[in-house]
Amino acid sequence: MHRKNPLRALVFDSTFDQYRGVIANVALFDGVVSKGDKIVSAHTQKRYEVNEVGVLNPNEQPTLKLYAGQVGYLIAGMRDVTEAQIGDTLYLHNHPVEPLPGFKSAKPMVFAGMYPIDQSEYNNLKSAIEKLTLNDSSVTVHRDSSLALGAGWRLGFLGLLHMEVFNQRLEQEYNTSVILTTPTVPYKAVLSSAKLIKEYREKEITIINPAQFPDKSKVAEYLEPVVLGTIITPSEYTGKIMALCQARRAVQKHLMFIDQNRVMLKYLFPLSEIVVDFYDSLKSLSSGYASFDYEDAGYQTADLIKMDILLNGNTVEELATVVHKEKAYSIGKTICERLKDSLPRQLFEIAIQAAIGSKIIARETVKAYRKNVLAKCYGGDITRKMKLLKRQAEGKKKLRKIGNIEVPKDAFIKVLKTI
Amino acid sequence: MVLPGPRARGLVAAARAAQGRRLEDSEPRSPSADPASRRAALYVHWPYCEKRCSYCNFNKYVARGRVDEAALRRCLLTEARTLLGLSGVRRVESVFFGGGTPSLASPHTVAALLEAVVQAAHLPADVEVTLEANPTSAPGARLAEFGVAGVNRLSIGLQSLNDQELQLLGRTHSALDALRTLAAARRLFPGRVSVDLMFGLPGQQLGPWLVQLQELLRHCDDHLSLYQLSLERGTALFAQVQQGAVPCPDPELAAAMYAEGRALLRAAGFRQYEVSNFARHGALSTHNWTYWQCGQYLGVGPGAHGRFVPHGAGGHTREARIQTLEPDNWMKEVTLFGHGTRKRVPLDELELLEEVLAMGLRTDVGITHQHWQQFEPQLNLWDVFGASEEVKGLQEQGLLLLDDRGLRCSWEGLAVLDFLLLTLLPRLQEAWQKQRSPPPVPGG
Repeated sequence: MHRKNPLRALVFDSTFDQYRGVIANVALFDGVVSKGDKIVSAHTQKRYEVNEVGVLNPNEQPTLKLYAGQVGYLIAGMRDVTEAQIGDTLYLHNHPVEPLPGFKSAKPMVFAGMYPIDQSEYNNLKSAIEKLTLNDSSVTVHRDSSLALGAGWRLGFLGLLHMEVFNQRLEQEYNTSVILTTPTVPYKAVLSSAKLIKEYREKEITIINPAQFPDKSKVAEYLEPVVLGTIITPSEYTGKIMALCQARRAVQKHLMFIDQNRVMLKYLFPLSEIVVDFYDSLKSLSSGYASFDYEDAGYQTADLIKMDILLNGNTVEELATVVHKEKAYSIGKTICERLKDSLPRQLFEIAIQAAIGSKIIARETVKAYRKNVLAKCYGGDITRKMKLLKRQAEGKKKLRKIGNIEVPKDAFIKVLKTI
Repeated sequence: MVLPGPRARGLVAAARAAQGRRLEDSEPRSPSADPASRRAALYVHWPYCEKRCSYCNFNKYVARGRVDEAALRRCLLTEARTLLGLSGVRRVESVFFGGGTPSLASPHTVAALLEAVVQAAHLPADVEVTLEANPTSAPGARLAEFGVAGVNRLSIGLQSLNDQELQLLGRTHSALDALRTLAAARRLFPGRVSVDLMFGLPGQQLGPWLVQLQELLRHCDDHLSLYQLSLERGTALFAQVQQGAVPCPDPELAAAMYAEGRALLRAAGFRQYEVSNFARHGALSTHNWTYWQCGQYLGVGPGAHGRFVPHGAGGHTREARIQTLEPDNWMKEVTLFGHGTRKRVPLDELELLEEVLAMGLRTDVGITHQHWQQFEPQLNLWDVFGASEEVKGLQEQGLLLLDDRGLRCSWEGLAVLDFLLLTLLPRLQEAWQKQRSPPPVPGG
């Protein structure tokens, strides 16, 4: 470390200021930086001119220069936090250097679908997410949409706690409540029907929406995305971890002892099995000692089916899901149970069924009302009763009718949300 | 108990005469000289109880120390006079002493209040004067005193014939006490005694409860009220169920009890004239009938509710009123202002119609065309409900009837009325709003 060496600055944090742009917090390992210097980001290879440097006392205190060994901040006309990635190296444009080690873009481990409670809140949520991710570049954001819940996002987090904190910040700082759902995974199908191939203009199609799911007869094979996951763990947890992976339909590819006490496992996981709580389950099982990393590993053939949900024989489009055959029963049962708890009783019985094609694989029943009338209605009860009745009648207007069954919006939410 | 001479004799005579009378079966009473706007039922609230029952969430208080009855009586009288004046009511059609435990009040209070009413308005000789009574261990003598004071109908809060259930409910009497009180009441007010029975209690089974009902039928008079227990937040029983100390009542079982109970009573010759009320030989409660027919009523006493047009103060809109809840505060206000009205909310035409609908359908006769016309002369029931597909659906399901008599629930429909109302109320709102803002007429 010497100030005479060419500049090497490590970006370890960044914040966004409305007026001044991105403020990068840097630690100088070599060299000197001052206002007017022309610097380059090792990651993006973009050039900037330094507007201001300074130290944090803890308030920003501008200085003329920053020297090797100092920690401070740097403003260089960046307009987007992604331009100042954590772990990036900044150097002078005419003195390129080896990037400092330890730069790896944060890989999301937990994914969730995030939807506004009501579509009218979409724009509010959009700007709230944008603002929050300005200062938290480890959250990945993709647009997504659902039949039942409308337009939303698929977000990636570093862990379940990260997701919970993000959610809480949304509620507290931006006053937006959201629905969190299990995210969709992009399945594929290789078509065999000439007609469909012509229609889609290609042989292999991506299925984002269950409604697009082509029938088995028209498909040569279904494909699901898989990842190659690497787990490093102290050897005493190996058994439990192997059981966890097996439960997630993973196939073991490699197992070896790195040293006397640690084991490295490589498994091929279907992406859909790890998107929600695999990482946290892994951490719980191993008291936090196991590590997990994954990389995209393409697609593999899968026994996928489309599972429909029926209410008194009527299909509920919004709740159709694409699942692996092995998991169909347990997912179907969960959905039926959740629906049973959230559907209000009617004057007739409601049969909730999960079906694959014409085969029913799970069922729950909501009993009919035999009595629904206020027992006492005398002078003092009338006001309260009328208020209640009118409120209920208002609520009824917002119910969706499937067949002759009234389904409240939050029934969809309760079924689709995680946990 | 001392009553001023001539008034006492008048009241006693009225009481004796009323004891011999029966109410006509459901048909509207003979038109009186006073229009509907000058007639009202009178409710008087006695807020004190000896003990709070575990399921009760009414406006009741357990007095700390002796109740200053004289002060409370003065205030009740004052408020009654004031409200009679404010409402411009000229004829009081029924009087109901509720609470609390009105039978804890002294008969003198009842007599004094009736006296005050007689002075301010016309109180017909045969007017129904009901007192709610708690079965206690010394029934007879006290009830007779109330009779002399002017009471001619009694409503006994029996609730259950099972002593364990009575304990669970926190009642202060035993089943035997209740039956003794019932017998004494029937001697004093033959044909004018009502009993309350609850069902759907925690741990209650259908068979044993039906046995209770049958036993009660052997002792009761001509009026019965069947009430399903409703667990209200804030009551001791609610807390016990929440904590798991007491099993949660099964709504399916309660529904079965209701169905079997009402069938049993029907077979025994009772007419189910309202969701929870059964009468034979025409012994309906006139006072409660006023609520379901949306007649006017004055509420006197802490927490009492009223609905009337304040004609006497120049008003033209019916108001929903509630008196101050807490007795001490209420007394202060009555002393200062003549009445302790805490809240007055005017009811607009649509709100009144909604009440007519929701209350009227609770009765077996429902809403006749004539009755509806009194409140809404321009839109009849066919206009409002005749065209609706949903209403037709309910008729097809055998739950609702709309014919030349009017709109009413069927036997099955009555049990799920609150569900039917969720279809009917929006329909009423639509029809009413459409009538208020007719579509623009094309020019020319």
